[in-house]
Amino acid sequence: MEPFTIHRGIAVPLLRANVDTDAIIPSREMKRVGKTGLGQGLFAGWRYRNSDSREPEPDFVLNQARYAGASILLAGENFGCGSSREHAVWALKEYGFRAVLAPSFGVIFRDNCIRNGVLPIVLDEAKLIAIAEDSSAGGPVTVDLRSCQVFSPGGSVYSFDIPSAQREMLLEGLDPVALTLKLADRIEAFQRQDRLERPWIYLNRLREPSP
Amino acid sequence: MTPRSLFDKLWQLHVIAELDAQFSLLHIDRIFLHERTGGVALQSIAQEHRPVRHPELVFCTMDHIVDTFEGRDDDTLMPGGKDFIQTTRTEARRAGIRLFDVRDPDHGIVHVISPEQGIVLPGATIVCPDSHTCTQGGIGALAWGIGSSEAEHALATQTLRVSKPKSMRIQVDSALPAQVGAKDLMLFLIARHTAAGGSGHAIEFAGPAIRRLSVEARLTLCNMAVEFAAFTGMVAPDDQVFEYLHRRPFAPQGHDWEQALRHWRSLPGDTDARFHSELTLNAAEIPPMITWGTSPEHAVPVDGVVPDPSIAATANSRTGRERALAYMGLRPHEALQSLSIDAAFIGSCTNARLSDLESAARLLHGRKVAPGVRAICVPGSMQVRRDAEARGLHRIFLDAGFEWRVSGCSMCFNAGGESFGPEQRVVSTTNRNFEGRQGPRTRTHLASPATVAASAIAGHIADPRRLTLAD
Repeated sequence: MEPFTIHRGIAVPLLRANVDTDAIIPSREMKRVGKTGLGQGLFAGWRYRNSDSREPEPDFVLNQARYAGASILLAGENFGCGSSREHAVWALKEYGFRAVLAPSFGVIFRDNCIRNGVLPIVLDEAKLIAIAEDSSAGGPVTVDLRSCQVFSPGGSVYSFDIPSAQREMLLEGLDPVALTLKLADRIEAFQRQDRLERPWIYLNRLREPSP
Repeated sequence: MTPRSLFDKLWQLHVIAELDAQFSLLHIDRIFLHERTGGVALQSIAQEHRPVRHPELVFCTMDHIVDTFEGRDDDTLMPGGKDFIQTTRTEARRAGIRLFDVRDPDHGIVHVISPEQGIVLPGATIVCPDSHTCTQGGIGALAWGIGSSEAEHALATQTLRVSKPKSMRIQVDSALPAQVGAKDLMLFLIARHTAAGGSGHAIEFAGPAIRRLSVEARLTLCNMAVEFAAFTGMVAPDDQVFEYLHRRPFAPQGHDWEQALRHWRSLPGDTDARFHSELTLNAAEIPPMITWGTSPEHAVPVDGVVPDPSIAATANSRTGRERALAYMGLRPHEALQSLSIDAAFIGSCTNARLSDLESAARLLHGRKVAPGVRAICVPGSMQVRRDAEARGLHRIFLDAGFEWRVSGCSMCFNAGGESFGPEQRVVSTTNRNFEGRQGPRTRTHLASPATVAASAIAGHIADPRRLTLAD
């Protein structure tokens, strides 16, 4: 996984509440099996004038010249709610986003961010509005995971919290599957005991489709 | 000993190791996959040469992208959809997992067939890369939705690294009135406490009104927990659940059944268990509900009016409500019942079980869908379809003018490439009324099967309490 230490970039405000993963990446934009080819479909329902073309909708914030190349998203409450589709994070990442700041996140979306090296940061709405105003003239925002701080172009500094295991995972770019596979002995020991206590959990054959 | 809730017990039963102060390594008893998000997970671990650790504990269905027309095959209306179906089949076969394929007689929507087949069990952990996995908490399981990368972790290790969520109890007193169901209860809850109201919590639904709910209604209830931003929802398992599971194909049999039953009876929480937060509702006060906007929190009683955005608590909420009104083509103070509809949809992991179809059929019996309304019923599984047909329900739906489909997620969303079309007003038994969810610019009103049936007959949003029932 790509590590995250410090990132400096343009912050774009999309502060509406309850932006769901269908809005982040509509179903029709998921065209084949895989984790790529999704950046063009990011926010497709809002970003383009209609569902059949790629003509930009000028009013949508990502299409405004001052936010071109934005890599930090300032979002509203419950951002990424709805469908579990990890394609939402793959689309954000492919577009260029490295961090999303919001008052709260959909639980699955937040975990998906961590697993893809996109940093989800929880900050109060008032702070996000302040960062949005402060950066509207074009100054970059800096997000530092080492110190757990966000630096706004006007000089304000905001601290944030993140569980230490997730922070380490992001800083080091660790692969959680590899880490867990090192605990194989513990898993086996658990299953040996559990088979005695809950034998019905451990199905011992596949039941084929009935004829 | 500290009193423990149902959730505390389910959690502790699965802890393999405490990884640090926050994260535990949990055993995952069952993994379910589907073709939209599961195929990519199987493909990805195969590319990394990581075997599926316990193929006998992994299941897969094809529900999201498949067509729901009679006689379907791998072709689908969604461009590129065939790739999802065929890749998933190839990967599922390679991994040696049980696949409920397109033409399997036990095919269905993941959260419908998992309980129906006895795959999910009380006290088990079950995950699926699908947000509505929380549905299965209705059986008394610890069930939650994950992303595809987390699914890879579960497939390769049969575990997940999880930080224990906060707990919430929602106590529901009294009993739901006639023609009011679990769907109405959840829309009422979410409208009152917002779509972020259960943020990250493991929710136990409790109280007399919940005990009275059928197993299928409990599945509907827990299905909507994710629309309340919860980690999951659950109901303590009881005799009703045990009877429901008895003799299901993957449920324990013989001696195992007796041992499982003793274990399951120990799962309900201690009476003095503590929760991080508690909410109370009075079921008797809950009317049939319907959404007017683009979030499940935008719900009002079916005989209500579209709220005025200016009453919203915050500027941001006001803007959101104004956007929703524009999308839905509505004005403040309009009566919901005055809105004519273009379509009615009965289906999805929320409301496509036998009891849902029965509830709609009781109102449709001897009646016709209003002219100009397209009405579709998609049973949640082939077993539900067979059970419904054995009771003659299909005749009621067909005679009324409904399409009668084969199982799948269908028009709950646009994943299958099928849509009701722009600006079409749809009353739907599904769980999400997000912008574009049922297709570009389609306008979705969420409601119970009874309200959808009543509306289909009336040609406008209608109150099911005002229709007389068939005997």
